[in-house]
Amino acid sequence: MKTRWLAAGLCLAAVAARGEDVIKVGVVAPFSGPFADYGKEMETGIKAWQAEHGEKAAGKRIEVILRDTTGPVPEVARRLAQELVVRDHVDFLAGFGLTPEALAAADVASQAKKPMIIMNAATSIITTKSPYIARVSMTLPQIATPLGAWVAKHGIESVFTLVSDYGPGIDAETAFTKAFTGAGGKIVGSVRVPLQNPEFASYVQRIKDAAPKAVFVFVPAGQQGIAFMKAFEERGLKEAGIEVVATGDLTDDDVLDSMGDASLGILTAFHYSAAHDSPENRAFQKAAAGVGTGVHRPNFMAVAGYDGMAAVYEVVERLKGKVDGDAAMKVLEGFRRESPRGPIEIDPATRDIVQNIYLRRVEKRGDHYFNIEFDTVPKVKDPGKGG
Amino acid sequence: MRARSAAVGEAAGPGILGRWAGWVRRGRREALGLPHGRWRAREVAFWLAPLAFAVLLPSWRLLASQVFITGLFALSLDLILGYAGIVSLGQAAFFGTGAYAAGLLARHGWGEPISGLFAATAAAAALAWLAAHLVVRAEGLGRLMLTLGIGLVVYEAANRAAAVTGGVDGLTGVVMWPLLGRFEFDLMGSTACAYSLIVLFAVFVLLRRLAVSPFGLSVRAIRENPARMAALGAPVESRLRALFTLSGAVAGLAGGLLAQTTQFVGLDYLSFPRSADLLVMVVLGGAGRLYGALLGAALFMLAQDRLSGLDPTYWQFWLGLVLVAVVLFARGGVLGGLELLVRRGRRRPLP
Amino acid sequence: MLLRLAGVVFDGIAYGSLLFLISIGLSVTLGLMNFVNLAHGAFAMLGGYLCVTLMERAGVPFLATLPLAFLGMAVLGAILERALFRRLYSAGALDQVLFSIGLTLVAMAACTFGFGPGQEPVELPAFLHGQVHLLGLDLGRYRLFLVGLVAILAVALELLAGRTRFGAQVRAAVDNRAAAAGLGIDVDRVFALTFALGAGLAGLGGALGIEVLGLDPTFAVKYLVYFLLVVTVGGAGGFRGPALAALALGVLDVAGKYYVPQVGAFIIYAAMVVLLALFPKGLEGRRA
Repeated sequence: MKTRWLAAGLCLAAVAARGEDVIKVGVVAPFSGPFADYGKEMETGIKAWQAEHGEKAAGKRIEVILRDTTGPVPEVARRLAQELVVRDHVDFLAGFGLTPEALAAADVASQAKKPMIIMNAATSIITTKSPYIARVSMTLPQIATPLGAWVAKHGIESVFTLVSDYGPGIDAETAFTKAFTGAGGKIVGSVRVPLQNPEFASYVQRIKDAAPKAVFVFVPAGQQGIAFMKAFEERGLKEAGIEVVATGDLTDDDVLDSMGDASLGILTAFHYSAAHDSPENRAFQKAAAGVGTGVHRPNFMAVAGYDGMAAVYEVVERLKGKVDGDAAMKVLEGFRRESPRGPIEIDPATRDIVQNIYLRRVEKRGDHYFNIEFDTVPKVKDPGKGG
Repeated sequence: MRARSAAVGEAAGPGILGRWAGWVRRGRREALGLPHGRWRAREVAFWLAPLAFAVLLPSWRLLASQVFITGLFALSLDLILGYAGIVSLGQAAFFGTGAYAAGLLARHGWGEPISGLFAATAAAAALAWLAAHLVVRAEGLGRLMLTLGIGLVVYEAANRAAAVTGGVDGLTGVVMWPLLGRFEFDLMGSTACAYSLIVLFAVFVLLRRLAVSPFGLSVRAIRENPARMAALGAPVESRLRALFTLSGAVAGLAGGLLAQTTQFVGLDYLSFPRSADLLVMVVLGGAGRLYGALLGAALFMLAQDRLSGLDPTYWQFWLGLVLVAVVLFARGGVLGGLELLVRRGRRRPLP
Repeated sequence: MLLRLAGVVFDGIAYGSLLFLISIGLSVTLGLMNFVNLAHGAFAMLGGYLCVTLMERAGVPFLATLPLAFLGMAVLGAILERALFRRLYSAGALDQVLFSIGLTLVAMAACTFGFGPGQEPVELPAFLHGQVHLLGLDLGRYRLFLVGLVAILAVALELLAGRTRFGAQVRAAVDNRAAAAGLGIDVDRVFALTFALGAGLAGLGGALGIEVLGLDPTFAVKYLVYFLLVVTVGGAGGFRGPALAALALGVLDVAGKYYVPQVGAFIIYAAMVVLLALFPKGLEGRRA
């Protein structure tokens, strides 16, 4: 019995030794359960990058390991991150579709001194939890602040806010309210709904009774957005003259088509639209469509996966294949490129992303619905950290 | 007041199933030997296994410590389920309370592990003591719903108090001081593994003694026939309350351990699925034997680790199927089945 | 202010009617067979998925899927009762709980596998969309339809229980099974039919509920607490108790979400604990 274990141990050691030629990236995200699309979109972006740029950088093979958290279960995310470091010997931690996952895994990155690249989780404080965290996705204040200011200046004086009750939602509510009231607007009511809320009827009724000019919404991208719009339509809020103003999570590219006509005219602010008019985006959308993960349309999470891999490759190439945590962070801190979404860079002071925020409205093009950009707020830093 | 297994025997009718059920009824626990006063060789062997596992397989220590902690949690349920017959769907309430107590203490500056464990146990015991007054008085479905309700109320309370508990995002910043001043909680989980194994073993020894003490025997007797025990003058309700409080305390201890070893507390430590999974573990292993709870926890955790890596849907499906099969065909769980084999083995004459 | 309250009450009644429709089967199963059936939510869920399948794959219009959902689940219920549930009537609560949890898990996994983890959409006929303006209130058409349908069904069930022989047999078996059997009532058949009826109603409720409650593979457990609440608080074995409990619960839940959203579901659970502590035998006083 014991010899069998010894042999197993030797094999493991041999494999680890061979690992000199492989750089491993451990991706922790939900791939099943209600947030399954998050992981799939990230995977789409990652695969699109590797399809375009190959699987090698600086002569080493870049291996991507996917681990499923099944949803906002931070305990699992933490354990997966730990196991990726201890058992699989990854060089990078990446992914993190939801804030609780990222917060739980932060000290694993610190203890193990591994660079951790956030590809979706959007609460401001995440990057402050460890000096080894860099973010390539977005933060809610980064999006909600320009939106609040714009909305106040364009004829909407009163707003009711509805957000999901967790990190990003509270960030969004705080940032929007601050910017909106700062520009002269009035908040007539606010409500926080539970994270996995199945039906919005009562909340929407409250909004109707408060009769604002518009409702500001933040819910996690995907199913919740559809559920909200259904209740909105059912209760006749559009007829009552109430507009919908939201972060782009509501009109997520992946589910926009299934929202149909109810989505037309919704005003959103976001960092990425699948309809963004640039050669980089067209190339990206083409590559992403060909990887076969079955997503309806590559969205902002796919772009984050794509740009995240770009960052990984940059680090590996600059460090000539010898990935050390501190050196990697130095490279990431100066990272900049022309992403499919527009120009991006990572702020060396906060390790958070700086990017353009676009104002868009939903329009129909042919048989499909898109977020069409009509205004840009350039180089927005995360206001949540005093940007 | 018919014994369950007798009913199964009758309901299943004559034939193999009926005879099997009859054996279960007669043989019940004695064949494998419920922990009695003296330690048997097989018990010693049982405890050497996790020790060897932890020593020889370093990259599995993380998982091992989680298995030990879950085993401790399962013991707490076996106390009330196996010994007193109280079905609880809310055990996670005490587990989570202990976890948050230990976590909050460490987060707000006091990271000494062992005193943190005491705090966790005390907090959970207090809650359990309060709940015990309601739970022990109720019966049947009402009692089941009550335990479920308590679990849900505590969960929602923690969710609402997100400013304190971190809500869905979880409680981070749980910084632990080195254990006994010397052993840092490392990333490999070595300290965590040793720590949880030692605590598990210590509590187990205590509970084992309790099971054969006058208190333990009286509780078992209460389960058999509460009316008779009351007639004999035994303080039925206060015994059960004491047992329920103890069970809550042990659950809280397990929760505190988890908070300290993972330096994190999540809201799902209080959730209903956690309570339900625990019930499954104890029944699968075999309730009322202490070892059954440990075995069930180990099997469940290891199987889940392997299978949900593939696809969580498979795990859910097979777990459900196994549950149905166990209830219909193998009431005593794994240990019950083993017991049966041992009995049949004994009946066969030696060559 | 009063108008808003009326609106909230109406929404609550609609929600409560749905809960009642689904829970009635659980109440009867518990009262009649003494069986703690935690898989009841799964019947509702499967009824919903059956409705969705018929609409999407076979192009059946929504209203036609309703009786089919009822029948489909009734048949499934009858089969399962004969094959599996029957064996556990005299088993202890623990075994019944575990068995039904096991069945629920299997159902949930099957639905995830077959339909994916997301919410299922439902295509309602045009006349059920939107709202009507009645007495100064905007009332949702679908919710009006729901309340009306459940009211009709409730009356039908009352008649079934009170005026038919079958109903009398069921009532007799609930009161005293041994005596009923002694009188020559085929108790097994009564069990089978009642279980089937309960499962069918749950399935119908699940299909009707897609629009209001949503439908995804976690439906079976998500609302299970509410169904159990209705039966525990309302008392098992009858109609009136669960009906009252369901309406009260529906109104309380909706009102809570509307007036004090910060507190949310906490009210419901706390109310449950309090009620159980005060009335261990249910509001109607019947033994569970």
